Amino acid sequence: MTRTETNRSRSSNSNSENSGDGNGGGGERTNAMRVIVPLQGVVQGRGGLVLGSVIPCAFFYFLQFYLKRNRKNDSDSGDQNSASSSTNSDSNSGLPDRTRSQSAGHLTELTGLPRSLSRILLSPRNSVSVSSRANCVIKGGDSPYYLGQKRVKEDPYDESGNPDGVIELGLAQNNHKLSFEDDLVSENPKEEAISDGLSISGIASYEPCDGLMELKMAVAGFMSEATKNSVSFDPSQLVLTSGAASAIEILSFCLADSGNAFLVPTPCSPGYDRDVKWRTGVEIIHVPCRSADNFNISMVVLDRAFYQAKKRGVRIRGIIISNPSNPMGSLLSRENLYAILDFARERNIHIISNEIFAGSVHEEEGEFVSMAEIVDTEENIDRERVHIVYDLSKDLSFPGLRSAAIYSSNESVLSASRKLTTLSPVSSPTQHLLISAISNPKFVQRFVKTNRQRLQGVYTELVKGLKELGIECTRSNGGFFCWADMHGLISAYSEKGEIELWNKLLNIGKINVIPGSCCHCIEPGWFRFCFSNLSERDVPVVLNRIRKVCETCKSHN
Amino acid sequence: MRLIVPLRGVIQGRGGLFVGSLIPCCLFYVLQLYLKRRRSPPDPPPTSSRSNLFSRGNSIGRVRVSSRAVPVAKPTDSPYYIGLERVKADPYDQMNNRDGIIQLGLAESSLCFDLLQRWMSENLMESMMIQSDDGEFDISSIAMYKPFEGLLELRVAFADFMSRIMGGNVSFDPSNMVITAGGTPAIEVLAFCLADHGNALLIPSPYYPGFDRDIKFRTGVELIPVHCRSSDNFTVTVSALEQAFNQARKRGSKVSGILFSNPSNPVGNILSRETLHDILRFAQEKNIHVISDEIFAGSVYGDKEFVSMAEVAVSGEFDKSRVHIIYGLSKDLSIPGFRAGVIYSFHEDVVNAAKKLMRFSSVPVPVQRILISLLSDTRFIEEYMASHRQRIREKYIRFVEGLKQLGIPCAESDGGLYCWVDMRSLLTSYSEKGELELFEKLLSVAKINATPGTACYCIEPGWFRCCFTALADEDIPVIMARIRQLAESARS
Repeated sequence: MTRTETNRSRSSNSNSENSGDGNGGGGERTNAMRVIVPLQGVVQGRGGLVLGSVIPCAFFYFLQFYLKRNRKNDSDSGDQNSASSSTNSDSNSGLPDRTRSQSAGHLTELTGLPRSLSRILLSPRNSVSVSSRANCVIKGGDSPYYLGQKRVKEDPYDESGNPDGVIELGLAQNNHKLSFEDDLVSENPKEEAISDGLSISGIASYEPCDGLMELKMAVAGFMSEATKNSVSFDPSQLVLTSGAASAIEILSFCLADSGNAFLVPTPCSPGYDRDVKWRTGVEIIHVPCRSADNFNISMVVLDRAFYQAKKRGVRIRGIIISNPSNPMGSLLSRENLYAILDFARERNIHIISNEIFAGSVHEEEGEFVSMAEIVDTEENIDRERVHIVYDLSKDLSFPGLRSAAIYSSNESVLSASRKLTTLSPVSSPTQHLLISAISNPKFVQRFVKTNRQRLQGVYTELVKGLKELGIECTRSNGGFFCWADMHGLISAYSEKGEIELWNKLLNIGKINVIPGSCCHCIEPGWFRFCFSNLSERDVPVVLNRIRKVCETCKSHN
Repeated sequence: MRLIVPLRGVIQGRGGLFVGSLIPCCLFYVLQLYLKRRRSPPDPPPTSSRSNLFSRGNSIGRVRVSSRAVPVAKPTDSPYYIGLERVKADPYDQMNNRDGIIQLGLAESSLCFDLLQRWMSENLMESMMIQSDDGEFDISSIAMYKPFEGLLELRVAFADFMSRIMGGNVSFDPSNMVITAGGTPAIEVLAFCLADHGNALLIPSPYYPGFDRDIKFRTGVELIPVHCRSSDNFTVTVSALEQAFNQARKRGSKVSGILFSNPSNPVGNILSRETLHDILRFAQEKNIHVISDEIFAGSVYGDKEFVSMAEVAVSGEFDKSRVHIIYGLSKDLSIPGFRAGVIYSFHEDVVNAAKKLMRFSSVPVPVQRILISLLSDTRFIEEYMASHRQRIREKYIRFVEGLKQLGIPCAESDGGLYCWVDMRSLLTSYSEKGELELFEKLLSVAKINATPGTACYCIEPGWFRCCFTALADEDIPVIMARIRQLAESARS
């Protein structure tokens, strides 16, 4: 539409020029139309219709582009509005000129920019722009994962204060055993440590960013405890970072160049999109797993993804696995891990094993096998390709502490990530807190055990309840969540149907869960429920709300 | 020969020499490209048997790290870091290691540890143990996920503290603020947000050697030094900026902003209000950003008044959205271990992007709680800041006086935890090489680690940065004696 409009305005203008021999009232016009007049010469002189339409279209396109980039600037958008509104009502003979002089104003601004030296002219319009990659970061926020969290923040459920609020089942943090943590903090080692250990020079001055040796030894002990002492970790191969997000970011920086890719079996943790891609420029290639295989990683599919990527010219540098898996909560078997190691060896790629929930295996029979144990017996060459991410705050249910660890046998990775930790360091007060919390082996054992029991309790309750509602969950042995199959409730078997149901759960049921599409699951209708936020008292409330949603869904169908 | 024969036909048929050389060259190039791309992942063996693979293990070769991680992992060649390493291996101790290396290379301060010690021992526990309504300790206030950009209370306290430190002439808006885990991530995040890979920032040199790592390691942003000279007391001029800007543009690199420290690190001088106006005007003219690193704002001991870039930005004369300020508590409150810094930006997009990027370097909630009560204890802060300034000034006078007696002058400075020492008289040759020789001598003969100007990209050789705030009074005579010895041996 706009194109015809500009054409018309141009032709009406040339008509008037023809009739008036370019003289009548020209003085006023030429002042305002310095940019357009030479163009008209070009148009009239040669190509006629084609050039006459192509050039204005091109200009209009640039104008739009320019406006879009500067949209924040109110004065500009105001101009645009008035310009377009006057274009729409161009039946008046006087109006086209106004339109054109206005767009001409923009054009002078556009073309004249670099050459103009007048500061006053430049300053109000020319707002300085941020880098294009920062724009990507700003925009990336509308996935349901983050929308849901925002809703919970606005209207959080509280048993006594706000019983109608939204219940958080989306965020993997551990809430229900806090009374136990109270013991830890208030009676136990922390207090002493803070007052004894925290002599001011101890916590205030510069300390190695990658962690004090003392802390590393404590962490290594804690990790061994979490893996039931089947493997011993060497503290000198640990690098501490502020949170698992930065651990993964540092690893992807060190293992892959910008434009390279990692294979990630899906459904996967929704955080990878940010951690891996945002700043490092590394791509993720999703390798879909299906419910028919119980969401196990299939080597055939992995192979295919690898070769397809290679064919497209994308270099694969590694594979990221979660064990216990996020969002399913299942454990990878020893055979599975060997198969993945074989795959990585054949293709000569790295393995990032994300074991942040290793200490939260709640099923009695579930045997957690760390990738470290698998490579422990292998040759050096294989050890060098395995990197383990471990999160202290998840297993201690203390995410506010923001501390995680990278465990690797690769010297280059270790020395590079040690230097990079200055960019995401663990502060010394935190380090001392952690040392006192986890260097007491008796406490750690008691903690891990109680943690398991409580997770187990809520998990069985929730899964039982969901089953009564006709919602099946995959078997989950670890982590804070279960993976529920709700495809019976969605109206259309598609991502849209899934998001619809998610909206219903959020608005009608007032519970925030993570839809499978956030985890890049290719089958619609799966949802991740984080039950670690709940106490056993809350489970019936959640189930009631889900029942309500189920009923509305069924009545619609 | 199947491949070559049809080609020959083409060549003979038409172009002769030209096509005949062009086509093979092309083919060869394509072949190289193809080989290069295939080289690192060798063809997968058809077998998948484990035992078979084991024997092949060695022939596959080691798995490689990314090419950008290699320079990071490599041992550094900057004298700044070499010196720090050497001190770590053999630190001076008055009692136990009298022959150790004295640290003058790290800008940290122990001048007011007595005050901090007192505050911490009285308030540390209460500040973390937030009580809930029923009077019990509420663990969830420190254990759970909180907004990555920092608790609002902390940002309010920070804003208040910053305006107090910067003379009270400017107030800071907590909603423009993002709390980071120290000044280092703050700089990296800003560089990431303001410049794309391959873009450049102008930076008046000599500058803080750590910027090299903070900015170049991961963001891929280049730093273009704008050389300042001793004749201007190392103050940046607009004409120098202009020249560097034009040169960069000629070379085809896009300049996205200017980064500078005020009070400057390593020189310690303070930019005047007029210079700040000039810089901002220049930035506006070129439509680029301004990053002002004001991490030493509270460590001003001279008579000159410190003016924050924020004050100039809100004066109304300029478009303030291009101004970004970095601040931190590591230097002014001498708590680098807490790793608390802040990005203060007038640009909404930058604030939003930085908030999201804080998932990688946020301050732990317990530490935030400590900081909230520390910063809101105004009586303590007043007392602390007064003695902090007073004690730096005393130490500075003592240190500079000692050097003067040896005939070694210092540049004029008003702020920072260091002074900028002119050791040109000790150089054997007036060049970078001579300076590094002197650095090596200071390190191994005199056993002093001072940062040489080359590490700071100073264009004139012979200048050294000496941080004096971590020294005890008794240490200063020791240092002077060591330098004297060195000077005498150099002159003889």
